[in-house]
Amino acid sequence: MKMPLSALIGLILTGCFVFCAVFAQLLAPYPLEAISGGVWEGPSSAHWLGTDTIGRDILSRLIYGGQITIFVALASSVIAFGLGSFLGFLAAVRGGWVDQGLSRGVDLMMAIPSLIVALVVLSVLPLNLTVLILVIGFLDATRVFRLARAVAMDIAVMDYVEAARLRGEGQGWIIFREILPNALSPLVAEFGLRFIFAVLFISTLSFLGLGIQPPLADWGGMVRENKDGLIYGKSAALMPALAIALLAISVNLVADWILSRTTSLKGGRGA
Amino acid sequence: MPDFLEIKNLRIEATAYPPGEPPKDLVLVDDVSVSLAKGKVLGLIGESGAGKSTIGLSAMAFGRGGVRLTGGEILLNGRDIRGLAPAGLRALRGREVTYVAQSAAAAFNPAKRLMEQVIETTLSHGVMGRAEAEARAVMLFGKLGLPKPETFGTRYPHQVSGGQLQRAMTAMALCPKPDLVIFDEPTTALDVTTQIDVLAAIKEAIHDTGVAALYITHDLAVVAQVADDILVLRHGKKVEYGPVRQIITDPHEDYTRALVSVRSIDHEEKAEAPPILSVQNVTARYSGTTFDVLKNVSVDLPAGQTLAVVGESGSGKSTLARAITGLLPPSAGRITFAGRELSRDLKARSRDDLRELQMIYQMADVAMNPRQTVGTIIGRPLEFYFGMTGETKRKRVQELLDQIEMGKGYIDRYPAELSGGQKQRVCIARALAAKPKLIICDEVTSALDPLVADGILKLLLNLQAQEGVAYLFITHDLATVKAIADRIAVMYRGQVVRYGSKTDVLTPPFDDYTDLLLSSVPEMRLGWLEEVLANRRMESAGN
Repeated sequence: MKMPLSALIGLILTGCFVFCAVFAQLLAPYPLEAISGGVWEGPSSAHWLGTDTIGRDILSRLIYGGQITIFVALASSVIAFGLGSFLGFLAAVRGGWVDQGLSRGVDLMMAIPSLIVALVVLSVLPLNLTVLILVIGFLDATRVFRLARAVAMDIAVMDYVEAARLRGEGQGWIIFREILPNALSPLVAEFGLRFIFAVLFISTLSFLGLGIQPPLADWGGMVRENKDGLIYGKSAALMPALAIALLAISVNLVADWILSRTTSLKGGRGA
Repeated sequence: MPDFLEIKNLRIEATAYPPGEPPKDLVLVDDVSVSLAKGKVLGLIGESGAGKSTIGLSAMAFGRGGVRLTGGEILLNGRDIRGLAPAGLRALRGREVTYVAQSAAAAFNPAKRLMEQVIETTLSHGVMGRAEAEARAVMLFGKLGLPKPETFGTRYPHQVSGGQLQRAMTAMALCPKPDLVIFDEPTTALDVTTQIDVLAAIKEAIHDTGVAALYITHDLAVVAQVADDILVLRHGKKVEYGPVRQIITDPHEDYTRALVSVRSIDHEEKAEAPPILSVQNVTARYSGTTFDVLKNVSVDLPAGQTLAVVGESGSGKSTLARAITGLLPPSAGRITFAGRELSRDLKARSRDDLRELQMIYQMADVAMNPRQTVGTIIGRPLEFYFGMTGETKRKRVQELLDQIEMGKGYIDRYPAELSGGQKQRVCIARALAAKPKLIICDEVTSALDPLVADGILKLLLNLQAQEGVAYLFITHDLATVKAIADRIAVMYRGQVVRYGSKTDVLTPPFDDYTDLLLSSVPEMRLGWLEEVLANRRMESAGN
């Protein structure tokens, strides 16, 4: 099948982001903490995107920040999916009180806005990357749980799952060999969207000062550091915001394409 | 009388979009010509994919999703409707030509009363006024044998049975006084006992109103009752076209001959033997309900023989299978298998109990994981029960594939790359892989075309002879039962109403229900329908 133009653009841009993140140490023109220019300089040949509130190169900080942001978002999404889809499948396969317990627990967590939960939890726990990843992953897992349970419910009533049950297969085989391969495509598409929510969530937390802590840089934190510049008409705060928006759009383009591919009648789940 | 519908050299194409390949143009129908006079019925018959519905719909110049009428002429009342503008087509469809779909339950709007829907097209085409249309609808309800024709139209679709709904749709099609009605498998989704009433009603209505009809079906025995002419189709091409008497009694083509003689497997009933499966006084209900779906059911199945469980939908025959497999633990009764009592719940059964009792499903499509290859699907029971791995497993899978007459080249395919009959064969191989003593076959041939179904039945009989496996064969199709059963249990509303060896069950005197069931199976001869209706003793449940 031919790839639509939007998906191609999305893939290329996402690829660039990932490339920059992986090779940040080689690509960044200046070290992370180096003060290499004046305060809030405009773009120049030395500083392509200008300098920030204390004269650090914004491009370098964007590249390093991307590394941290993408790493944390990816790690927390993986945790969210591992946890959420396993529990979702389990709830669908077991039914009964296991399903009730898990589902109502998730409802309870979703009833409280996740930003507030995160703020409360993070203000109590020590602030470091591991805690941050775990908290975001755990909160996102509730959303994944609902999707995985819904998808697995449809699959669990199929005759081939019943055939496996009649054969005497255990829970593990049914979840990982019968249900997972058939639920994978909607979950992969959802992964793209969840990843972006995680990026936005980290950025929000950092902006509020509870996310990634200095000396590490991340995009939300950079917006926070430079927000005062907006009053004086400086563009420094817009650069990281732009990076967040661009990443969100490009990943979404890819996720949309995967989603439309899996829901179409031709070559869809049935094939 | 001049022919008022003439289709000449019709050619229909569509474009396929296989994933990862450039789009392909497919010819669905090629060089088909038919003609039809007023008041006559033309039967279109063929397997799925033969193009019969496509041709039928072309009679109102309609092509389903992406289907294009690319060649030939469709003359209706002397004018070619193929090139008609949309406005002309709107005036034609629902007025001159009407359509009766297979699934009436899906075609009716559940939120509106029947009368409103039956007269809708008549009103929107301005054929007659509301009062006149309602009077005509009531007249048609009466003619189609619907109960209380005056008030029938005030009901909602869910308040009437499937057979009645199908007749209401026929009334809808006949209401605007069309010249041509297209019946697209109108009785296929109905029970045999209901089918016969609907068939009779349709036949009478066609006769009385003098319309012409195209009758599309895959069941030659059914079409033989209503049609004047028959067109046999295969792969979008004409196989044979002639009067119904000639097609039934003197078919010229091999393919037609195969269709006529289908269901003629001879099977010698085996002598009585000690049972491998014994169901004693089993009663079962679904959790959360207070209604017993199975009431005090007792049947025996001797080793290496076939017990057919027959009945219409809702008679509890599939529930019996679920009770035996342990998916639905019975509330009372005992199930003895191979000399030991089976525990009621699936989870408490030993691995040998599970292995020796296998199941084959109606829809092979959903009975196989679409993400596993044939090798994995058949190989898993080998690995699970016998611990086979690697080369030994692959060799055994190939042996099983040979046994189901599929040969080499299939082991690495996915189910989507198999035909309907092949899928069912793979399911049979999966059941065989466990070396079972009993296989429960739940309507295994119902979703298949007659010739393919025939092949599956022959395969099952061969395998029984080789492996000595017993079958519990659940079906609503008595022709299948006659072909393969050694013992028969007739079920009706959760009870076994007749049980015994095949000869005993099929020899008169019958109880009323068995009589109804047996007489409702369409037979491949003319005049059968009238004969049955004149002789039967019990009304079918659809009335």
